[in-house]
Amino acid sequence: MSRGVLVNLTKCIGCGSCTVACKMYNGNQWINERAATNGEDAKLADENWTVIQKFRVPQTAAGMDTGANKRNVSNVSNVSNVSEEHNESKNLNHTNKADRTHGEVWRFVKRQCMHCKEPGCVSSCFAKAFQKTEEGPVIYYPNNCVGCRYCMLACPFKIPKFEWDKTIPVITKCVMCSNRIAKGQQPACVSVCPTNVMKFGDRNSLLAEAKELVSKDKRYVQHIYGEEEAGGTSWIYVSDTPFEQLGFKMDIPKKPIPSYTSTYMHSTPIVGAVWALILTGLYFFTKRKELVKTKTAENKDSETIE
Amino acid sequence: MDFNIEFKKWFIRISYDHWSFRITPLRFFLILLSLLTAVVLVYRFAFGLQSVSNLNDQWPWGLWKGWAVFAGAALAGGGYGTTFLVHILHIERLKLISHRTLLISLLGYTLMLVGLFTEIGRWFNFWRPYISWGHESALFEVFWCVSLYFIIQVLELGEIVTEKVFRQIHWFFVRFFPVFAVIGVMLPTLHQSSLGAIYLMTDGRLHPLWWSPLIFLFFLLSSLFVGPAMLVMESVLVGFAFGHKTPNDVLKILARIGGGMMILYLALKIGDLVVHNETGLLFEGSFESYAFIAEHLFGIVIPILIVFSPLINYRGWIITYGFLTSVGVFANRMNVVITGMIRDAGVIYYPTLCEVIISFGLVSTVLLIYLFLCENFNILLKNNDSCNPNTADGKPHGIAEK
Repeated sequence: MSRGVLVNLTKCIGCGSCTVACKMYNGNQWINERAATNGEDAKLADENWTVIQKFRVPQTAAGMDTGANKRNVSNVSNVSNVSEEHNESKNLNHTNKADRTHGEVWRFVKRQCMHCKEPGCVSSCFAKAFQKTEEGPVIYYPNNCVGCRYCMLACPFKIPKFEWDKTIPVITKCVMCSNRIAKGQQPACVSVCPTNVMKFGDRNSLLAEAKELVSKDKRYVQHIYGEEEAGGTSWIYVSDTPFEQLGFKMDIPKKPIPSYTSTYMHSTPIVGAVWALILTGLYFFTKRKELVKTKTAENKDSETIE
Repeated sequence: MDFNIEFKKWFIRISYDHWSFRITPLRFFLILLSLLTAVVLVYRFAFGLQSVSNLNDQWPWGLWKGWAVFAGAALAGGGYGTTFLVHILHIERLKLISHRTLLISLLGYTLMLVGLFTEIGRWFNFWRPYISWGHESALFEVFWCVSLYFIIQVLELGEIVTEKVFRQIHWFFVRFFPVFAVIGVMLPTLHQSSLGAIYLMTDGRLHPLWWSPLIFLFFLLSSLFVGPAMLVMESVLVGFAFGHKTPNDVLKILARIGGGMMILYLALKIGDLVVHNETGLLFEGSFESYAFIAEHLFGIVIPILIVFSPLINYRGWIITYGFLTSVGVFANRMNVVITGMIRDAGVIYYPTLCEVIISFGLVSTVLLIYLFLCENFNILLKNNDSCNPNTADGKPHGIAEK
């Protein structure tokens, strides 16, 4: 059964607990001086397998008031239409006041490897250093890795990172806590989230749940990120704010990345064999032609002598 | 068996037994650059990639991949094209350049392998793909074909080397040469196209002017048509170094064959842009569009015009053709690896001094090896020579000249 995680971005308050859990479970260092784990400058890096990125988006772009704006409450001067708003969205258990003064709201996006159903990194690796497990995680075997970094080029989400400063570096990325999943536990980040942003489970039932959620409440963006991106990913996202305003790449091909080269690679042995046969044929054909040519030339010579 | 150093006005000749090498001011500079490169390489292996390069998470591939691996392999591609014409199609007239293209090719691949070894992070694991088969990857095909082809090229060159040393096994290389020739054309055909196929997966990342579902075919064709152009460049070099003249008619035949392929290439490129509705990108006025237009105007269109006009009868124009085509293919690989990725990376990449030193230093070393081999082995065949060791006089050409 392929596992996955449904991320409901409307529930994230940006506390960063998930990033702490990730670092603790996977033994990664804090490297805030070169790559922050939380905030507007947060970015994935060799030691940052998951980060929380903060976005300020226009009020008009965000579909709903969410818990994310709780931190702004003290600044709010104009709260006249809060109750009205509250009635509208009472099916959302964490609706709250918005910062209308600045005309912008905050959104937080948790980033990590998407764990594609058919991953580009797995098929790009010529030494099988990346492998997709049956449960869903895409994991890394440093013993096989040559360090060529083709995976970094093949990943449409730009997830794999490299230890550029190490003498003996490795590629790093989120491995979805595959050891925990094998023991029947949730990934570390999912298990600590105080607002239940993430739900771990069977990928197909999570997708069905996401579809229902989105279709029932029109304030959600009518798109489930990860449903079709790169042929579908184990991690899927729903949001009330257009994904392109939250730093999601929208030009990801819909077909699985490995399908770009699979036809090419499968036809290679046949093309190679046929080409070698043609070459051998040409070799003997032109050699014979040459021989015949010299033979006739010799015969002509001898004829003239006679 | 005596070691000898002669001091002449313009050069120093070092000789030992029947080996000899001249050191001219240019070669002295090349030796210095090679030594400097060796020092930088030691530093790189001791302190990691960040210590010498501007490679980072936004730019996982940079100058070294573009220069040594992609451009290096393409420019070395002349070897298998000539092997095809001379040893498979038996075109007699072209035999006298076959040793040279073979050697350029072998040295080009050496450059590629050393460059790659410098560039990969976990170099001590380089052998892993031999036992851990990631056979879905285009790089897997490149890896196997390049390493096998390297061995084949050494065997092909063995025929020339055993004319001078280890003569007792010379018969082996002569006997099996046809087998080497067939495999030695098949393998590079596969890997030149799979070097392009590496970029199939970058749909949406590589700029659409360069990304195409046919990119493997573009890589294959350009690796073939750059062969004659590289030979022209090399004939300028050996003309300068040894006063060796390559007959114009040989260069002309090859340039015409290459020119034909360039027309096919250009037609496919235009067709590809039209079919994918990307002709508008040509005029978007971006850096990428100018780079693309310059690459194709100077690297493809002008060389085609030279080749299929009376201009090709003049040596100066042949050299212009060779220079433009070689630079054009070089620019194409750099554009794919670097220019075409700028938009996706969001930041500009520029190489460090160390990256540039290593890139030029590796080429310097390769040039030195080439000059040494030309002076000591039967590489520069004279007009009436052929590949058959029975008719070749077996005398190294370079020494005889001066």
